Amino acid sequence: MTVWNGLPTWVTFSPILGMLVLLFIPRQRNRWLKWVGMAGTLPPLILAITMFVLFDPQSRGVQFAQHVSWIHIPIPQSPGWKLSYAMGADGLSLPLVLMTTIIAALAAVGSMYIKERVKSYFLLFLLLETAMLGVFLARDLFLFFLFFEVTLVATYFLVGIWGYMERERAANQFLLYNGLGSALMLLAFGGLLLVFGTLNLDQLLVRTSQLFADPEWMQGPLRQVIWGIFLCILIAFGIKLPAFPFHTWMLRVHVEAPPAVVMIHSGVLLKMGAYGLIRFGVDLFPPLVQQMATFLAVLGLVNILYGAALAFVQRDLKRVLAYSSVSHMGIILFGIAALNFSGLQGAVFQAVSHGFISALMFLIIAVLYERTGTTMIDEMSGLAKAMPVLSGVLLAGGLALLGLPGMSGFVSEFLAFLGMFKQYPVIAGIGALGLILAAAYTLRAVMAATFGPFLDRWERLTDTKAVETVPMLVLLGLIIAIGVYPQMLGEPMQTTLQMIVTRIGG
Amino acid sequence: MEKALAHIDWSAMTPELILVTAAALLIVLELLLPDETSRDWLGWLALLAVVGAGTYVAVHFGAATVDLLQGSYRTDPVAQSFKLVLLGGTALILLLSLSGGNREGIRARGEYYFLLLAAVLGASVMTSSADLVTLFVGLELLSISSYILAGIRKQRTDANEAAWKYVVLGGVSSAFILYGMSFVYGLTGSTNLFVVQQRIVEAYQTGYAPFVLLSLFLMMLGFGFKIAAAPFHMWAPDVYQGSPTSVTAFLAVVSKTAAFALVTRVVLVVYLQLIQLRVWEEIITPLLLVIAGASMIVGNAVALRQTNVKRLMAYSGIAQAGYVLVPLASLGMTLFESTLFYLLAYLLMTVGVFAVIMVVERDAEHGEFSAFAGLYRRSPLVALTMTLLVLSLAGIPVTAGFFGKFYLLINAIATQHFWIAAVMVVTTVVSYFYYFEFIRQMYFRPAPKGNPLAIPIGTAIVIGIGVIGTVGLGLFPNAVLHALGQLKWVEVLSVPQAPPGP
Repeated sequence: MTVWNGLPTWVTFSPILGMLVLLFIPRQRNRWLKWVGMAGTLPPLILAITMFVLFDPQSRGVQFAQHVSWIHIPIPQSPGWKLSYAMGADGLSLPLVLMTTIIAALAAVGSMYIKERVKSYFLLFLLLETAMLGVFLARDLFLFFLFFEVTLVATYFLVGIWGYMERERAANQFLLYNGLGSALMLLAFGGLLLVFGTLNLDQLLVRTSQLFADPEWMQGPLRQVIWGIFLCILIAFGIKLPAFPFHTWMLRVHVEAPPAVVMIHSGVLLKMGAYGLIRFGVDLFPPLVQQMATFLAVLGLVNILYGAALAFVQRDLKRVLAYSSVSHMGIILFGIAALNFSGLQGAVFQAVSHGFISALMFLIIAVLYERTGTTMIDEMSGLAKAMPVLSGVLLAGGLALLGLPGMSGFVSEFLAFLGMFKQYPVIAGIGALGLILAAAYTLRAVMAATFGPFLDRWERLTDTKAVETVPMLVLLGLIIAIGVYPQMLGEPMQTTLQMIVTRIGG
Repeated sequence: MEKALAHIDWSAMTPELILVTAAALLIVLELLLPDETSRDWLGWLALLAVVGAGTYVAVHFGAATVDLLQGSYRTDPVAQSFKLVLLGGTALILLLSLSGGNREGIRARGEYYFLLLAAVLGASVMTSSADLVTLFVGLELLSISSYILAGIRKQRTDANEAAWKYVVLGGVSSAFILYGMSFVYGLTGSTNLFVVQQRIVEAYQTGYAPFVLLSLFLMMLGFGFKIAAAPFHMWAPDVYQGSPTSVTAFLAVVSKTAAFALVTRVVLVVYLQLIQLRVWEEIITPLLLVIAGASMIVGNAVALRQTNVKRLMAYSGIAQAGYVLVPLASLGMTLFESTLFYLLAYLLMTVGVFAVIMVVERDAEHGEFSAFAGLYRRSPLVALTMTLLVLSLAGIPVTAGFFGKFYLLINAIATQHFWIAAVMVVTTVVSYFYYFEFIRQMYFRPAPKGNPLAIPIGTAIVIGIGVIGTVGLGLFPNAVLHALGQLKWVEVLSVPQAPPGP
């Protein structure tokens, strides 16, 4: 297995290969640039699949681990602080890494409609992919933070330059909220470094367990510091997720960013919030998260109902999906708040499943907008006649969104609610209303757009081309595959989630 | 005990002697040369002197402390590290002036280079001083040279206003510092910093506590002005705007670093022993933290409203001064290392930014933000480097600015001053808005002109050093951290190797 020890590094930095090639292509060669940009997402995809295949689901530790000491901050009369370049994959990061590479590859295809500054676009796009993969594979909090911030800067550019009319406001709001989140995260990480003397994830896990195993810690002076760190982490990733009331920035980005970037944003970037909550919130601070579980459950409930209710009244398809994302992130919160095996499993499933579904939906929107020039539901009617394939895929995507059994959304919601019903039956019962609302808003939007009276101006519309159909079918295939055979996702994460649950004491 | 001048080991003063000799040579040559001869080679001479002095310091870095002139002058590792930053900064600025200064309306080229040398000589004397008198002499040499530099474009009204403001307010601040120093002398009977350090505790305990504190307050008033910390920052925006950009860069980088060397040395050395009496904890730390916090808040908040690039950099500098004060204020255990690391990072990114500003400003013939509009389309590489530098100023990773700020923050958290850590973090997020304004202008706005920017080779080298240094230190801060960790600054500043007589 030693050959594969560098695998996380290879996966993470393989998009740079594409960036290097891009640098040598003249700016005017748009076709070449697009093809190279798309091809640039293939090496990480292949490597991620390799990693998925080689991953040993039974093993309890971190796999393909790498550890190189990097920065040493000397302190008088002490060993000082060591920050390391530590990478590795476990059952929590693996599904997200695979999802990231798949969505990135498909979003690159969805970037076909970029017409201006193609070279810079793909350079930033691949940089963003590197950073996202690094976020999921870093085993050192300092390294995690670096990758996290790079995603922020890359997304800022992608939204601000290639977005729609209000792109600059969206980019600014994105920067403000996420900057604040990162700042809190940095405070928390600084605190962890001081309290535990390390930012290495594996060492931190050992030291926090030691601390919490000691019954005295609640009385000690550390108590407030630890709580402060924990709350900072909770808010930081709550903003990223986004949890109500920090969701406004995300709506704007969904509406203003170019569709391919929204595929990434909604599909992957929001999942960094879920990942951070589980990895740093739940796994590092089990006793604290237990005390906050009810609060998280209520927060999840608010997200589900609020998002669903507002999705119902939106007239812009993009906004429907944006609010539906808020609602679906509530389900992730539910899964986390349940703090049991099926709950956490549901949360990770939902992260991956929502990633694919929202990527699919925004790909469809990209194609729709390219042809009709609108995303308003009222202006689209009877599309099914002009574009039968696209409408079919849209309907299928809608069904996945509302959680039809046999598709990935169903498995995720089922698991999350299963976990939730064990812990908070009442809250879970109310939350189930969200599922009904989801059916209502999805069907309303999809039906109004595709069926209804046929408008004359759609007379000349052409249906999807192969380059558009293939990625859609790939996504749909994945959604159905997870729905029919959830084990392919559940098996690798089993051991890791089991360990987290053991740490919680469940 | 009087040593003859010949018996003093002057070699320790080599860097200063090189600077003095070069400055003297420069002013003589300036007088002798015919008017029509180009003065540029004088600049190269000055650069050579600065590089020579810097090389000497670098080669002897980490050598044992040497006391000279009855303990009033010492070359300790702390002084050496500050000197390296100062000389490095000056060298970059000289390079910048050589390649672009001609077109900035500086007519008195010879004097300009002479003044830069004099200023850095003053700064360098300041960092090596172990005596209040030497310290003040160095400070005034730096200050007076800076006043003239600020007003060197005497044909322009804004330059006159800048110089005028600078001179008046600078004079007042020097007076406050001197007044504070007079109390220190009165209380301890000595101007030697290390003698003062030992005696001030006694003075504090024997009923002179209010005067000890008064001396600190008065000096801090003056120091606050010199480092442009709020609420003593009012001069900075006008002076930054009115001065030629190369001088602004000098003020932002070299003057500020020197002022921090001064503050660190005086406050730490003179008042260090008061830590036993909890005076640091109860009075000095809160005082400094309030100044730091006010600087961060005022600097970042007012910067949001600026449209002139150099004024913006002035407010950004005020905010940065606030950040750098934090380790000293909180007496963190890595106080010296983190301060110096940040100053080095600040030097690299700020010189780079000013180099870009200089080129852009000259091309657009004004210094408003809109000069940067569409820069990406005209000169993608310049836009990219500027982006990296600005991201570093904003404290975004993989840059030296990020690591530096992280290091400062750790000091604040380690000493449990959570509120200042919170202020740091929140104001940093606020700062994203105006730093990203550069990015918005460069990438999001259309370009008024289509031609690529013309960048003189010297300026390109400065920008290159700035970017490479910023990213390099961001990714591998170890090189500098390790060297700084070796310096026993606590011992250097608290136990004089050879206690001089009274």
